[in-house]
Amino acid sequence: MASLSDLSLKNRVFMATYRYRALDPVPFARPRKPLPSARVALVTTGGVHLLSQVPFDDAMKGGDSSFREIPSETAVETLGIAHKSDAFDQTGFRADRNLGFPLDRLREMAARGEIGALNGRALSFMGSITAPGRLVKNTAPGAAALLEADGVDVALLVPL
Amino acid sequence: MCHQTVGLIAGELESRGIATTTVTMLREITAKVRTPRALAVPYALGYPLGKPGDPELQTRIIRAAFALLEAPGPGPVLADFTSTWIRSAP
Repeated sequence: MASLSDLSLKNRVFMATYRYRALDPVPFARPRKPLPSARVALVTTGGVHLLSQVPFDDAMKGGDSSFREIPSETAVETLGIAHKSDAFDQTGFRADRNLGFPLDRLREMAARGEIGALNGRALSFMGSITAPGRLVKNTAPGAAALLEADGVDVALLVPL
Repeated sequence: MCHQTVGLIAGELESRGIATTTVTMLREITAKVRTPRALAVPYALGYPLGKPGDPELQTRIIRAAFALLEAPGPGPVLADFTSTWIRSAP
């Protein structure tokens, strides 16, 4: 398990004093369908993007709260990674995008019938958002509306 | 900050009736954010699904995360994934 004590002093001090935004109350939806019948969407904060898309802006004050739609048939090794955070070791993720954006694993699970279907689009955010106001007001509701319109039943979220 | 971001997105999805399950490497941050359902993994930041090039381990972690969908709630639900594989320190 990673813990705050594993981080650099700069990141440790920041994360120890940062006032995290908490869900209160905690929304909690029961799955509408058993997993083998469910439409599943993947959401990452790995900052992956198609090379044809504008990359995330790592220099934006408070963090870039935008997201990119990634077609679920995309070959993961072709994706760019905009993340420049020094809070974590990116070596593994750059060697195997499935480590934080497991499209291949979910496609395999769909083929085996473990999940009903993989949603046609996955969503990629950039995680380094220290001022989450825009995320909460605009982009997260926008992303959720897209997945709701797709008929997604279950979402798997993977931070980096 | 990825852990706060995924928690807040999960909350938005849940409020629209989409059940979520989230992987976390920082249990204490996920507990503070009150992410609706989360699986704490014993791996370093940057390694949420354990190990690059290890589809079997990655699949096991995803299955464990999906298993949380069966938790009756109410949220937050925060469980631990256990494995014998731990990434050695760089």
